[in-house]
Amino acid sequence: MASSSLLRRAISSAPSSSLLRPMSARLFSSDETVLSIETSVPYTGHKIEPPSRIVETSPKELLSFFRDMALMRRMEIAADSLYKAKLIRGFCHLYDGQEAVAVGMEAAITKADGIITAYRDHCLFLGRGGTLVEAFAELMGRKAGCSNGKGGSMHFYKKDARFYGGHGIVGAQVPLGCGVAFAQKYNKEGAVTFALYGDGAANQGQLFEALNISALWDLPAILVCENNHYGMGTAEWRAAKSPSYYKRGDYVPGLKVDGMDALAVKQACKFAKEHALANGPIILEMDTYRYHGHSMSDPGSTYRTRDEISGIRQERDPLERIRKLILAHDITPASELKDIEKEIRKHVDDAIAQAKECPMPDESELFTNVYVKGYGVESFGPDRKEIRATLP
Amino acid sequence: MEGLDEEMERDPTVCVMGEDVGHYGGSYKVTKGLATKYGDLRVLDTPIAENSFTGMGVGAAMTGLRPVVEGMNMGFLLLAYNQISNNCGMLHYTSGGQFKIPIVIRGPGGVGRQLGAEHSQRLESYFQSIPGIQMVACSTPYNAKGLMKAAIRSENPVVLFEHVLLYNLKERIPDEEYVLSLEEAEMVRPGEHVTILTYSRMRYHVMQAAKTLVNKGYDPEVIDIRSLKPFDLHTIGNSIKKTHRVLIVEECMRTGGIGASLRAAIIDNFWDYLDGPIMCLSSQDVPTPYAGTLEDWTVVQPAQIVAAVEQLCK
Repeated sequence: MASSSLLRRAISSAPSSSLLRPMSARLFSSDETVLSIETSVPYTGHKIEPPSRIVETSPKELLSFFRDMALMRRMEIAADSLYKAKLIRGFCHLYDGQEAVAVGMEAAITKADGIITAYRDHCLFLGRGGTLVEAFAELMGRKAGCSNGKGGSMHFYKKDARFYGGHGIVGAQVPLGCGVAFAQKYNKEGAVTFALYGDGAANQGQLFEALNISALWDLPAILVCENNHYGMGTAEWRAAKSPSYYKRGDYVPGLKVDGMDALAVKQACKFAKEHALANGPIILEMDTYRYHGHSMSDPGSTYRTRDEISGIRQERDPLERIRKLILAHDITPASELKDIEKEIRKHVDDAIAQAKECPMPDESELFTNVYVKGYGVESFGPDRKEIRATLP
Repeated sequence: MEGLDEEMERDPTVCVMGEDVGHYGGSYKVTKGLATKYGDLRVLDTPIAENSFTGMGVGAAMTGLRPVVEGMNMGFLLLAYNQISNNCGMLHYTSGGQFKIPIVIRGPGGVGRQLGAEHSQRLESYFQSIPGIQMVACSTPYNAKGLMKAAIRSENPVVLFEHVLLYNLKERIPDEEYVLSLEEAEMVRPGEHVTILTYSRMRYHVMQAAKTLVNKGYDPEVIDIRSLKPFDLHTIGNSIKKTHRVLIVEECMRTGGIGASLRAAIIDNFWDYLDGPIMCLSSQDVPTPYAGTLEDWTVVQPAQIVAAVEQLCK
């Protein structure tokens, strides 16, 4: 279930036109015949029996994977141009190449499950149901952004979809994620939380602290290492004595997954969710890759060769893999897929145009949301002259 | 402790996390009995991992739970500084108001009886610049209970500073339920000559000095500021407008302490009402030594307070 219709949501925020309607029917398939596909790379388990390599999917799901990943890819590339045009400032960490993780995860879970990640969060936000306009507006610092323009690229959140962000300090989101899992257990929700982090963050002490506590208290926390093999400019073998991140939980079982294969990711996340609800935490290591540098200020080529990047693009690109699958199973012709990509490009351009029109936040917004006004008391900083204090 | 118990009973989303808070009853017995009453899921013994369990508290608060995180000693919370500053304080702002963090972070701090430098810290000076958190310091059983309840009920993250030496105080407190305001200062002793602003344990040194001062013919007004962030400038201001002289007595370090910020705030707002410079007595800028005599010299003693008032009123 739960094939995300990112494009449907993205369309609903774009101006409707009659041109869109006949095309949009083509973008969505309702064919749910079961296809069993074997993943090309087997899983490796640590202290656990890995799930089967045969993944069940359907033409509808494959098409939705294609749409969603193409949308994410397009959004990130557009963000690249916007950054170079100085419309996006500060830090901008792009996710292109890693889309399969976001899309595969969403396919395996519901919106009652939580996701928390670090600063490479644009696509995960989209996966949780965020709209393109909210994303671009936030990147450009507009009031219509998902955090009212006050967060920026590293602080996307969507509370109603249990997307907990969006965090700048490496590794700090993992204890937060375990805290969310704690709350889920406390409230007996029967849901899990995926706490995503990178190979760079995998060496943070607080990760192991949180893992210990989660394992002790049997929390439904799933720690997902998005291993794109470089912590900014440092290759994994230069930062970690043991780069087998799925094994570093020691007493916590782990699974190594081909993170460029959305189907493999989906199967692994489904497996992990079942495990976490019954037995407590589990670690997933997603073997993935980012095409861009660490952020927009990093060319990404000083610590790795261009051949490596283009090699991965040719052999393991997540979007191309799904395209090949769709064509191999005759789900839609190649020209249709190209049209879908054109559609998506147009939607992204429309969303950017719309976001550009959005106003910047008002000056008064500087002071809103510092504190929550509640409990019948108003609080002021030390430079205000008056205080009103009333008890409820 | 009563405050915690009452709030936990009233609101099922309140839980307590900390080292040895559960089965042990808390290193200062603040949480004694709570684990037996509320169970292990609501009173959680954590391993020694301040950074992560504070982070977990913040994460739980993001979903709507109201955790009370205890640092066994406030000084240990330095390990969780990142979580307190970046996540706890800022998430409400950076998420555009989506997430509230109704967490209470509490613990004993301050200079005790020869506990050594690392166990005698005053973290209020480090935390005061963090935007988004509120800081309160309790000093009596009455205000400890009231402030604890208020802190738990507040939608904002509150850091509650207790003091190691004040846990054994006994006081008669009302049976009826009461909750104090987090932003209000307490008028301890009204007077006419000089405003003495203090908080936490120094309140007792000030009151001791006040006895001597009264015998010498002075009439000090003593205010326990309680709210360290934001300051209750209303009460403080009214007092300054009356007495025109200010003495701040604090246990914080001199450099960058609460007194430093308070001085700045008073100068900004009440310059016209001051008859002379604001005096500030704070602890010395040294790590707290172990030897008893040396330790006494690091903090402000009543004799120094008396001397300072005499000088101010000359």
